[in-house]
Amino acid sequence: MSQSVDTDLPVTGNVIEARDLRVWYGTDRGPVRAVDGVSFDIRPGEILGLVGESGCGKSTLGRGLLGLLPDGAEMDGELRFEGQDLLALSKKELFARRGAHLGMIFQEPLTRLNPLMRVSEHFRETLRTHHQGMDKAEIDRRALEVLRQMGIPPTRYRAYPHEFSGGMRQRIMIGLALVLKPPFVVADEPTTALDVLVEAQIIRILHDLREQSDTSLLLITHNLGIIAEACDRVAVMYAGRIVEIGEARSVFAQPQHPYTRELLRSTISLSTTGLNYIPGAPPDLVEPPSGCHFHPRCPDAMSICATRAPVDRVHANGTRAECWAADRAEGLLGDLPPSDLAPLTREEISDADEA
Amino acid sequence: MFGRLLAPIRQTTGAARWILLTGLLITAIYVILALFAPWIAPYDFNQRGIDGAKFTKFAAPSGDHWFGVNDQFYDVLSRCIWGARTGLHVVALSVVLSLVIGVPLGVVSGFIGGWLDRLLVFVMDALYAFPSLLLAIVFAFLLRGPLGGGVVAAALSLTVIYIPQYFRVVRNTTVSAREATYVEAARAIGAKNGTIMRRYLFGNVIQSVPVIGTLNAADAMGTLAALGFLGLGIQPNEAAEWGYDLSRALDDPSGVWWTGFYPGMAIVLLITGLTLIGEGLNETINPTLRKRRLRKVVLPPRHTTPTTVEGEAR
Amino acid sequence: MPTKPETPVDAETVMDLDGLEVHYELGGGVVSRLFGVGTKTVKAVDGVTLGLRKGEVLGVVGESGSGKTTLGRALLGLAPTTGGSITYHGAKGARRVSSMHGRELRDLRTDIQMVFQDPHAALNPSMDIETAIGHPLKIHGIASGAELRNRVVDVLEKVGLSPPERFLSKLPADLSGGQKQRAVIARAIILDPDVLVADEPVSMLDMSVRAKILQLMLDLKNDLGLTYVYITHDLASAKFFCDRIAIMYLGRVVEIGSVDEIFADPKHPYTRALLGAIPDPDPNSTVVRELPRGEIPDAANPPLGCAFHPRCPVAVSNCGWESRDLRALLEEHWTRRDPDAYDHENALVGSLDRLDTPSTSASLGAGDPIAVTSLLERIRAENPEEPLWRGVERMEPEGDHVRIDFHESVDPALRAAGGVEVACVLYGDDAPG
Repeated sequence: MSQSVDTDLPVTGNVIEARDLRVWYGTDRGPVRAVDGVSFDIRPGEILGLVGESGCGKSTLGRGLLGLLPDGAEMDGELRFEGQDLLALSKKELFARRGAHLGMIFQEPLTRLNPLMRVSEHFRETLRTHHQGMDKAEIDRRALEVLRQMGIPPTRYRAYPHEFSGGMRQRIMIGLALVLKPPFVVADEPTTALDVLVEAQIIRILHDLREQSDTSLLLITHNLGIIAEACDRVAVMYAGRIVEIGEARSVFAQPQHPYTRELLRSTISLSTTGLNYIPGAPPDLVEPPSGCHFHPRCPDAMSICATRAPVDRVHANGTRAECWAADRAEGLLGDLPPSDLAPLTREEISDADEA
Repeated sequence: MFGRLLAPIRQTTGAARWILLTGLLITAIYVILALFAPWIAPYDFNQRGIDGAKFTKFAAPSGDHWFGVNDQFYDVLSRCIWGARTGLHVVALSVVLSLVIGVPLGVVSGFIGGWLDRLLVFVMDALYAFPSLLLAIVFAFLLRGPLGGGVVAAALSLTVIYIPQYFRVVRNTTVSAREATYVEAARAIGAKNGTIMRRYLFGNVIQSVPVIGTLNAADAMGTLAALGFLGLGIQPNEAAEWGYDLSRALDDPSGVWWTGFYPGMAIVLLITGLTLIGEGLNETINPTLRKRRLRKVVLPPRHTTPTTVEGEAR
Repeated sequence: MPTKPETPVDAETVMDLDGLEVHYELGGGVVSRLFGVGTKTVKAVDGVTLGLRKGEVLGVVGESGSGKTTLGRALLGLAPTTGGSITYHGAKGARRVSSMHGRELRDLRTDIQMVFQDPHAALNPSMDIETAIGHPLKIHGIASGAELRNRVVDVLEKVGLSPPERFLSKLPADLSGGQKQRAVIARAIILDPDVLVADEPVSMLDMSVRAKILQLMLDLKNDLGLTYVYITHDLASAKFFCDRIAIMYLGRVVEIGSVDEIFADPKHPYTRALLGAIPDPDPNSTVVRELPRGEIPDAANPPLGCAFHPRCPVAVSNCGWESRDLRALLEEHWTRRDPDAYDHENALVGSLDRLDTPSTSASLGAGDPIAVTSLLERIRAENPEEPLWRGVERMEPEGDHVRIDFHESVDPALRAAGGVEVACVLYGDDAPG
């Protein structure tokens, strides 16, 4: 059954293809549109960064791709993994894909490792689940191989998780996710709990992965610096939508969407000389704002932004963004009446209405 | 405040809700019977006759005596109704007393720590390890002298066996809450230990107390009946008590079932009611057991938006 | 957008730390405490001397485990001082924080206040905002009733939680992360303190609000004449926010100086490593940088000599090389070898556990000292630049093992170097060549 994934090679060659994907949660107040119509591809061997403020749907999207959504969430649209429709799979079939084909790296490594099991036993369990009958020597060989890549010495192979530092544990988690050589891995804020230097080491490891393996990675983070250093492409998410996606270099050099631009400006880096921030907070996803979801916080908003949702368009620098202002800058809105293009008069956003 | 108290009931779903509501209903009936016993019960609990004429001993249930008459010429229905008053009175008193003693002790012990904590934990564990009925018997026996065989003596002997439960739960929660940043923050603003315990810890460590309280109430009811059964509880001339009536019913001639059946049922039903409340609350309050209320999501059909992505736009 | 205010120069000192030590006894039951065995001392803060100048923002920068948070807590008397002293020069003259107890210590809290890292945990979840923020005034008997409420409303306005009526009756759970941190700041400034210790005040917040909270803190500093101790692991925000910076590593200050000098010419290798590790959203940045290996060591078991030497790329002979470094070297070597080679070499050197006792002299090998020597020589040849070899004084067969002696170490103290002070053997009087 799982063989079909290996043999049916996709025509497009993309590992993940998502089209108009939606993930909604039911609550007492109505459905939360955590992911509301996103489309993107992940190419073999690339690292796609997914960035945005908290509560914009990043984690939900990441989990949705692996079918790890909690009860009460509904997902629709199209989601193809190596050409195969993941949404058509039953829970059991999806479960069989996870690990061997779809991997996950979590934020808190200690809570994901069983404190009573040695590192070697973790690897044995992981490998045996997906390769029944694999002999011990082969398990050890593959486990040690991947640990070596992660910089964990073989002398520590039989140690327990608590004997490792935080950074080492995260390396072990990454090793556990990669030992099955899955074509696609989601890493959800893998370095948030770590110190700066250790974070940099982990980013280095993820970066090196690009050269050493064919695994594609979706790296979810709120740190734009990490995206710039580790990712090939970046997707910026806001209020359940991917508002901009493209080559990391182009997006950072020439952000098309005002949200991307403001997010970059509000990041404090060594070259920061003044403090910038985005006023307000991400919207309530039960009732997102009309038109472009970002318009209440957008410095470039025009009248049309409050009424009509912008079109997802490829812009001159090759990045895809949905923004009326970006369209206008490229002279695409000539047909629209001037009233639509008038700057939007907005309510003052007080300091208190922040994230 | 009231809204927050009722919140668990509104938040519960499915089975937990039914468990909670059934328990509340049963208990409410008992509470009404207890509160209005003088008006509801046809006779007094120690009334053996009417207008000078004694009731017929062992009279079977009839229009005059719905639940019959027992060996002491008491009307069984009246004894059952008055028994609710006694039972709830004792149970409420003992639960309140063990709360008032156990919870503050737990907070202090958990927060201060050190030798005081070790001593209290030792004493409480010793009490807890002792079979509860045996402990209650010992205390009932000891208290009988100074306090007589009344409601207060019975409540106190029950209190002793339930204090350790509150103490343990509250102490353990306090030990972990003590390390919380907000406690450090309270210290940082110059709060004294007493203030920290009262204002910062107390409200946050008593969350599981209502559950233990109701479950203890059910347990206390059983223990009270057992004490009464053994003749160590409330004396018959002080108040009507189901356990005592039940023990007397044992010696009744065969065929007289009503003297034992009705008090027995009264005990079983009240314990069931209280247990159901406890379990229902537990499912609601305890986050590990609670299932988030899920609402079905129906994804509406999409309005077609133009897209530049390859593949059909839906 | 407003930028950083001017740095005050030659300002008077508000707090003095002189050789401050905060040591904790770790582990051990009654027996081990009685006999003094099995206990370990964690030197969370180990001899920190610095002065806090009035009106400045002093950054205390380091990784977790560097003792920066303990240092901040000690300033308020929340962590017990076990050695050295902290002196606060306030309105009532010089007072020794480190020897205060009870009432005296509680009174100190009207002058020195703290903002915590996690705004979600720093507020009592069952206390509404009005009570929580007004509580300091009530505790110290400064205000009550209508005046209390007025002052709460006033301070809510100050921290941007306006209109205040909207927030008074809210519980912390109803507030967003940024709002909670504003409330925590409000609670800290309502007593009108002189010094505010801010322990990573923005690290738990979203990128988009960090700048806003920092801006608020700068505004409050100017309006209220505050002095800040800004504890952080993030050099980027420290560069923007601070006037002076103290870099901490394993309980010690390894470099201290003005922001301008530290960033223009970072001296301590650890400072340089931290600077290099900051992920930069500049599209032209690349990952090719020198990163120190490993992680911050266990404070209960610190390295000999300079605590940073095992990770230091430029360490020299007297930095404190010892047996445990040899173990790390072998383990690192084995991450580059295949399993068969590892098995062979591991059998050759025998158990590494005897290297775990810190010593400047180590013995290695189980029966074949010649082979072990050649193994070590081979490892050395693979990477002759490895700093550890600079520390090896002698390596020769002795009986059935190889004996390795390391150079005697120097525990570097803070010394003036350029415009800053650095604790590194490479700088100062006994710096080699």
